[in-house]
Amino acid sequence: MNQALSAHLPALQVIVPLLAAPLCFLLRRPSLAWPFAFVVTLCTFAAAIALFNQTADGTVLSYHMGGWEPPWGIEYRIDRLSSLVLLLVSGMAAIAMLYAGASVAEEVPRDRQILFYTAFLLCLAGLLGMTITGDAFNLFVFLEISSLSTYILISFGRDRRALTSAFQYLIMGTIGATMLLIGIGFIYMMTGTLNMADLAERLPPVYETKTVRAAFAFIVIGLSIKLALFPLHIWLPNAYSFAPSVLTVFLAGTATKVALYALIRFVYTIFGGDFAFGQVPLQYILLSMAVLAVFSGSLYAVFQASVKHALAYSSIAQIGYMVIGVGLFTVAGMSAGLLHLFNHAIMKGCLFMAVGCVYLRYHSVSIETFKGLGRTMPWTMAAFVIGGLGLIGMPLTSGFVSKWYLVLAALDHGWGGFVLIATIMGGSLLAVAYVWRIVEAAYFQDPENDENVEAPLSLLVPTWILALATIYFGIDTHLPVNAATGAALDLLGGTQ
Amino acid sequence: MLLVTALGAVFIRDLFAVIMLFGIYSLVSAGFFLDLSAPDVALTEAAIGAGVAPLLMLATLALTREKTTPQPRAKRSIHTSLLPILVVTMTGAALVYATFDMPFIADPAGPAHNHVAPRYLQASGAEIGIPNVVTSVLASYRGFDTLGEVFVIFTAEIGVLSLLGFLADGSGRQYWQFEDTANLRRHNILHVVSKALIPVILIYAFYVQFHGDYSPGGGFQAGVLFAAGFILYAMIFGLQAAYRVVSPTALYWAMAIGVLLYGGTGVASLLLGGNYLDYNVLGSDAVHGQHNGILIVELGVGICVAAVMMSVFFKFSGRTAHFYDDRREVRK
Amino acid sequence: MTTVLGLYNYWIVIALMMIGFYVVIAASNLIKKIIGLNIFQTSVFILYISIGMREGGAAPILKEGVEVYANPLPHVLILTAIVVGVATTALGLSLIVRIKEAYGSIEEDDIAEKDGSL
Repeated sequence: MNQALSAHLPALQVIVPLLAAPLCFLLRRPSLAWPFAFVVTLCTFAAAIALFNQTADGTVLSYHMGGWEPPWGIEYRIDRLSSLVLLLVSGMAAIAMLYAGASVAEEVPRDRQILFYTAFLLCLAGLLGMTITGDAFNLFVFLEISSLSTYILISFGRDRRALTSAFQYLIMGTIGATMLLIGIGFIYMMTGTLNMADLAERLPPVYETKTVRAAFAFIVIGLSIKLALFPLHIWLPNAYSFAPSVLTVFLAGTATKVALYALIRFVYTIFGGDFAFGQVPLQYILLSMAVLAVFSGSLYAVFQASVKHALAYSSIAQIGYMVIGVGLFTVAGMSAGLLHLFNHAIMKGCLFMAVGCVYLRYHSVSIETFKGLGRTMPWTMAAFVIGGLGLIGMPLTSGFVSKWYLVLAALDHGWGGFVLIATIMGGSLLAVAYVWRIVEAAYFQDPENDENVEAPLSLLVPTWILALATIYFGIDTHLPVNAATGAALDLLGGTQ
Repeated sequence: MLLVTALGAVFIRDLFAVIMLFGIYSLVSAGFFLDLSAPDVALTEAAIGAGVAPLLMLATLALTREKTTPQPRAKRSIHTSLLPILVVTMTGAALVYATFDMPFIADPAGPAHNHVAPRYLQASGAEIGIPNVVTSVLASYRGFDTLGEVFVIFTAEIGVLSLLGFLADGSGRQYWQFEDTANLRRHNILHVVSKALIPVILIYAFYVQFHGDYSPGGGFQAGVLFAAGFILYAMIFGLQAAYRVVSPTALYWAMAIGVLLYGGTGVASLLLGGNYLDYNVLGSDAVHGQHNGILIVELGVGICVAAVMMSVFFKFSGRTAHFYDDRREVRK
Repeated sequence: MTTVLGLYNYWIVIALMMIGFYVVIAASNLIKKIIGLNIFQTSVFILYISIGMREGGAAPILKEGVEVYANPLPHVLILTAIVVGVATTALGLSLIVRIKEAYGSIEEDDIAEKDGSL
């Protein structure tokens, strides 16, 4: 039995949350929905841990859906990269779910809570399905499941602008997905296959064709929209800001990360680094966009009146850091990028959770609201400060580790590398500015009311789990560094 | 033809006309698909593109139409008028650039025809045992994609429910008399004709459902057709009459059960020792297993799609009724 | 139309795609945006089905005596994509209904105005 379970683990990883969604819908009792969804996310997390352990030594698992061997059937393929992202996504989902209990009860009308949890499970299943699949078209299908459910979840926000931001995201997201579809159609036309591993073998002979180059461009642009890479980021700030708190935590920690994963998968695994960086000037494009993203995102973050907006713009900047790592096209760069992907998910999750605690009490996230919170909500703000230090990249936080690796990786790149290092430093200085503004309001201004309104324990516990994780991974870097390096070696193997 | 209708969408301001043009556009595309030997796709595109999508758009239009004539707009800045043209031209140029190295259309030597696809055509007869290769690929070889597709539909329904009302469903029941189709209900001829027509549509839906192995069609098309028959009923006899036949709660159950039927088939093959969605283990031998599996999952697709389409229609038109009623109150 | 050879067919499809794409990004009415999105997607479907076409190929339903069939795989992919498209449309339209209720307008400019500086 045990053996059978582990053999089917790749399928279970996705179908457990996927099939749990209609079951959750049938529960019809809001009070049951949360415990149910929470247990499901825990099971999913457990499956991801098991897969992570199975692939830690570099084993590649392949699972044939429907028993049909690839490329005729759909293949699930798990290597060190996908298992790292699976672990991150399902872990963030479990912690966000822990947080959801109290937060959703407050922010979502009772009669729609079931729908919220159902959509959340669908979103989780969609993201996991994108990560685990070894088939290009299957990736599109699961991308759509996760996107549609994300639009729904955003529209649950209380502000009416939640509706318009969901709509804007729907339009941009669908354009992105359609471009991805065009790109996949082109490469299918040139190779006759949809399986990723098979594509990787059959693409090199047709590298020179204009069709494949155009396909590459469409896929990169389509995914960059989902990734919110500058200048295709305009959907992100409002979508993050007006969504319910739990969703912001979850999205910030997973959605853009999975999009980045899909980009890495297409660029490195399917098209191959030699094509992407040798025959197409991807490196210059990615790196310059990333540099612009870091500066513009950080600058915007400094001038936002709403803390959620500031953090959302900061996410755009952080995505820039990750893309710098990915765009360097070296093992060191890739592992630094992946490391930052992992660390940033945790830090941002912690920050958005702290903001959610404030929202729960004050129903506002403007910087005005944060005045004096250091006194009235000491635990929440302490967690916020830890997350903020991580964003800046203070030593002893995980943010320092990933930026340190990023700088080391950039050092090998001569003059261009210096520009990148200057960007990383500049971005960090700006991060000091936007984090300091909030911290200053919280600790050096007087609250309107001295009453202690600390958030309930059910919100503080998950917030502090992430805050402590930010510190833990800043000191004991063993787990993420090994995983990221392993994944980078898998991707770049020969080109080290 | 396609170009004309599409261009119409750009230049015509009247939304009603644009929606109608879009319906024609879809219908012409469907004819084109038929011409390109894709009857399954043609059937679906006709039902969706020329049926469901324009219907929903019209419902939305009814809900959002402003009675006042729109004021002349200030001239839009260069930024907003030039940028789209620039983006579109660049994208189009990239696409045309891409075509120069493409295999010519319908060229049998094109890679698309020579790697994965031939096996479906050559072996599916023996491996699956049904003539419609599209059904074989859809439900078995790439059955997992189709599972995903059913979940996309399910997700959309969750969205419509959360946006347009879920348990607070009383609205639809109370305000069922809405102006648009109230006139339809008074026509005796329509009653007689539709009473004769609706059963035919429903029977045809069942035919498409269960004959999908042999001819174009399958659960998806059947579901849409079935829903179409039902929607016709609701338009002519009123929402309340439709609710009496199928309650919204029954639809919720139906769509979840449809999805679970598909997903559950996969779980059954897991329990019987196969991989997820491996139908070979579901019967005495592989071909029988495939038959059973495809039958069940297509049924799941049909149930889910029909339920979702009906429910979405109810939500939109229930909202219409609600909206008209509000306005009547305002007018008083 | 099946006899049209070469690339001409693709160019028509591209023209359609770009018309749809233009409507999506240039229209200020939200319903029109959704229609544009549908035209954009439908033309991508035509692209795929064109890939699947094969000279003299019959519909992919196995019959005695027929040797050449159209490629069934793009048909399957497009069936899925059509469904995804209509799902997106339904969701987008219900968002529009709610936007109308919240803002009293479905013109992008009006909505931007009502949200002030945002």
